[in-house]
Parts: sequence; structure tokens; C-alpha cells
Amino acid sequence: MRIRKLIPGVDANLLVKDAAKLMPDPVRRNFLRGAASLGALAFLTGCDIIDGDSAEDVLRKVSSFNDGAQGLLFSRTKLAPTFPESAITRPVPFNAYYSEDEAPVVDPATWRLAVSGLVDNKKPWTLDELHALPEVSQITRHVCVEGWSAIGSWQGASLGDFLKRIGADTRAKYVWFRCAEGYSNTIDMATALHPQTQMTFKYDNKLLPRAYGFPMKIRMPTKLGYKNPKYVVAMEVTNKDHGGYWENQGYNWFGGL
Amino acid sequence: MSVQAIAATQEQATVIHPTWVRVTHWINALAILVMIGSGWQVYDASPLFAFTFPRSIALGQWLGGALLWHFAAMWVLVVNGLVYVTLGFATGRFRRKLYPIRPREVIADAKAALTFKLAHDDLSHYNAVQKLLYTGVILAGVVIVLSGLSIWKPVQFQELTALFGGYDFARYVHFFAMAAIVGFLVVHISLALLVPKSLRAMVAGK
Repeated sequence: MRIRKLIPGVDANLLVKDAAKLMPDPVRRNFLRGAASLGALAFLTGCDIIDGDSAEDVLRKVSSFNDGAQGLLFSRTKLAPTFPESAITRPVPFNAYYSEDEAPVVDPATWRLAVSGLVDNKKPWTLDELHALPEVSQITRHVCVEGWSAIGSWQGASLGDFLKRIGADTRAKYVWFRCAEGYSNTIDMATALHPQTQMTFKYDNKLLPRAYGFPMKIRMPTKLGYKNPKYVVAMEVTNKDHGGYWENQGYNWFGGL
Repeated sequence: MSVQAIAATQEQATVIHPTWVRVTHWINALAILVMIGSGWQVYDASPLFAFTFPRSIALGQWLGGALLWHFAAMWVLVVNGLVYVTLGFATGRFRRKLYPIRPREVIADAKAALTFKLAHDDLSHYNAVQKLLYTGVILAGVVIVLSGLSIWKPVQFQELTALFGGYDFARYVHFFAMAAIVGFLVVHISLALLVPKSLRAMVAGK
């Protein structure tokens, strides 16, 4: 398993700990071999992609093609459906590749949001400074790649406005996020600038609890859950795709809804 | 009319399934098996009911692998399906082969089939049960593609998702469309094996 940019002081074991319910084997490159289904047999028989690695290659190419297709389908103005407070799922499940009591504990006094890459102002932000930004709010559906969904209420600042405030080059292709536990995520600029993409500081109008990503998560109702990073410590505006924790293991890069 | 032309017409008359039907049939068979196998693995990540599909019959090893298969085979299924449905209407095959479906004939043919008295002398003519099942599975195919799109893109295609009763409900629609297709496949494959010349017709055309 590839882990990008370990940050000092973070327990590496915690990072490597697998989402056992999702990954049957620690050997992710084997995930195609031995697939004994009728479909696999039918598909592989007589094809020159019988070897698992080249089958994976083909599938990854199609996944990249699907990134492009989803980029074209993505509307910069179309909003995700919003819901009344009565529709909120209580409680919204905790979900990560580690258990809830292993979630990062961040000290708000020393925490800073690092900003880097193609931006004019690279000054780190304190939590108080971020909390002072104009507040936006949304009650939207969180859709997990596993299939389940939950409606939640998130408050924070518009990421698009923040990027403009720090003088980001919004013609850049990507925004990359790094998280306290080593999780990471790269998103397309169009989604970063979407009106509902939010730097989230509150859940249900209360300070974001640890389980939901204190002190800051990035909430994107236009993307699957794994594209919504929690415990964010750094963001970079970049033309280089830095990948992401799950994306590097085979989840679709765009992950759009 | 020349001798060759007459011969060609007669030749054509004996063809039960034209080439486009056979090609799209087998491409579809492959695509649907990959979609079902990988779909079962995706289902297992967050089951809708109190059961999961055994990993040994599911495709992709884990959720990420299954999703790669699912969203690759979907293009094959949809493009091939569009070619099939377009030609089905354009050539008049659907109208000729599948219509009309009369309830009385369906009941009579179903009784005959269950007592093994149904004739299979003329494979170019579908009995009423076949008409009903083939029409039904084409409709299930349309529903499974549209409900799948509504789950994949509940923001960009939110109107479609709403049509299927919202994101959560659309997952059930997608599941039951799969169940209908699997049910069809059990009957379809069993009967093709019971009447081998029907299988030959789908391979060789006659």
C-alpha cells in the first residue's frame, strides 16, 4: 500500500491499518486475479488480457477515461439537492479506514492551515481567522462509495471565495488536500470553485466534532465521500495531480456525483 | 430477378438471427455477466438486505476492483444496447418478432411449456411466452441502465434520480432490475440448453 507524505509524529501503523471490511487482502494488486466469477471467465477467455496486471491496466485506463467523461458531465452551476432539517440522518455514520477512537486529535491552538502552490498569499491560517470568514450552510446528501447515503448539515466558508481571497490561480488544474493522519486528496478546480464546495468548521451548527473531521473538513456534495477530506492541515493549488489515499488504490479519481 | 438474387433471398429466409442480432447478443451476454458479477461485489460493501453474495461468484475482489469492472463494462453494455435497440426498431424486428403479445396466448403457451408440450419446430417464430419474456428483459435492461445512471450521478442527473424515488430508493430499483434479469437468465439459459438448436441459431444464424 502506498502512503504519500507521512507527516512527523503520526503513527505509521495507524495509516497502514486497512479498512478490512473493504479490502479482503492487503495485496491490492491482486484484486483482479482469481476472480472466479462467470463474468471474469467469459471476459478473459480468448482475450489477450488474461494476465491480471494488463487487465488492471485496461481497467485503469477506462477509469481515467471516466474521469474525463465525468469532468464533461460536471456542471459548474448545477447545485446538489438540498433538504429540510427534518430530513437529516441522525446520527450520520463515522466512516474512515480506521476506527473512530483512532481518529486524529488536533489541538486547535497550534493547528494551522498551510497554503501553498499557485497562490499569491501563502500565509498560514489560524482556526480563529478561518472562523471569521463569511459563513455558508448546507443540508445535503453525503453519498459513500459503498452505496449508503446520509443527509447532514454542514457550515463553513466557501472554498471558491477563499481561493480568490488568497489570490489562487483558478486556471490551475487541481487543488490538493493533506490531512493530519496522512490522508490526501486531489480535486479538479471546477469542483473546488463549485458554489456548494465548503471549508467546513461546523456540523449541525455546532463546532465540528472529532469524528467528522475537526478542525476542518472539505465538504463537496458533488463528490463521493472519500473525496471529502477531514482533519485537513494543508492545501496546494497545483497543475500536478498528487493523487489521493483511495484513488491510488483504485477508486475512481474524479468520484463525482 | 436473377438466379443469384433468388438464391440469396431464399438463403436469407432461412436465417433465423441476422448477424447484427448474434453479434449484439453475445457482446451483451459478456457485458451483462461482468455487470452482474461486479454489481454483486459492490452490493456487498453496503447490502440492502440481510444477505451478501459469496465472494467466489462476485467479480473484482474488493469494492474498488468491482467498481473498475462495473464502470468499464457499463460502456460496452450501453453502446451495444443502443445499437441493438436502434436496429430492433429500424429493421422492424421488434415489431415482427415480439408483437402483438396476447394474454390468452401467453397463458396457453405457458401451460404448454410447463407440460413440455410446446413446439419448437419453427425457431424463427416466437411463442407468446418468449415474446413476453424478451420484451420484459429489454425493459428491465432499460430500467437497470437508467436507475444505474441515477445512482452514479444523483447530482448531475438529479431529475432522473427523483424519477426513481430518490437516491436510496433508486438503489432498490437497480437491485430488483438485476434480480429480474438474473431470473430471466436462469430460464433463458436452461431453455437454450434444453433446445440446443436454438443455441446453434444464435451462434451460426440458422
